[in-house]
Amino acid sequence: MIVQSLFVVLAAITVTSAVLAVVSKQVVHAALWLVVTLGAIAGCFLLLGAELLAWVQVLVYVGAVVVLLVFALMLTRSPTGALSAEVTKNQPIAAVLGVLAALGMGATFIAGFGTDRIEGSGDGSATALGTAIFTHWVLAFEVLSVVLLAALVAAIAISHSAGDVSVEED
Amino acid sequence: MPILFPLLLSALLFGVGLYGALARRNAVLSLIGVELMLNAVTLQLVAFDVALPATRSDHTGQTFALFIIAIAAAEIGLGLAIVLALFRARGTVDVDDVERVS
Repeated sequence: MIVQSLFVVLAAITVTSAVLAVVSKQVVHAALWLVVTLGAIAGCFLLLGAELLAWVQVLVYVGAVVVLLVFALMLTRSPTGALSAEVTKNQPIAAVLGVLAALGMGATFIAGFGTDRIEGSGDGSATALGTAIFTHWVLAFEVLSVVLLAALVAAIAISHSAGDVSVEED
Repeated sequence: MPILFPLLLSALLFGVGLYGALARRNAVLSLIGVELMLNAVTLQLVAFDVALPATRSDHTGQTFALFIIAIAAAEIGLGLAIVLALFRARGTVDVDDVERVS
């Protein structure tokens, strides 16, 4: 009962801050509302029993992704200094699509899983997850590290070549 | 708790993220919507992993959620590098102003 009511509170916080993150007129406020959203989702993970995921979420998403977002927001300011947070002319279509996506997914879930319950909380400790990854998902783990390396190299390559005005031929 | 609680939260977050990704003019703010969508799916995966007893041995859902978090970090690093390169080339990150690649 406590877990359920806590989850409802966290869900309300998540949705409110997510909506504020996508409609806020100030760009840095949007990034900070994203921090609240991600922290509330980490709380939801904790309530479901996925402890390692909750802390990885805080470390990686709040600690790295949001910091990168704020960096990018600061570095891409227009020279006039006004941080623009306007909406495209697709805004009504986007709103309709968002509502349709949420309603469609919600209807599917209610139809398919309306009466199922989660009994207790899952085992999300580092031991269990580590055992699972390194016995069943080792190949995916190795491929993931290659993907991270490729993303890192590509990001450096893009930043490097965008800064050079001319390419020198050897 | 009923499994509908995390699932409906995930559906709402996905809708909000979709609106944010499509309606924002600033490319960086559009990426915030993408991150929200990824988080919605991650929450769904964790909810199913905890709910279904068949996955309790190999923790498929939580492992995939971990992979999603790692890939999202890589993707946003790369996406922001592209946005910064765009800003250096055009002076703006307004997605309505950068319709032509040349």
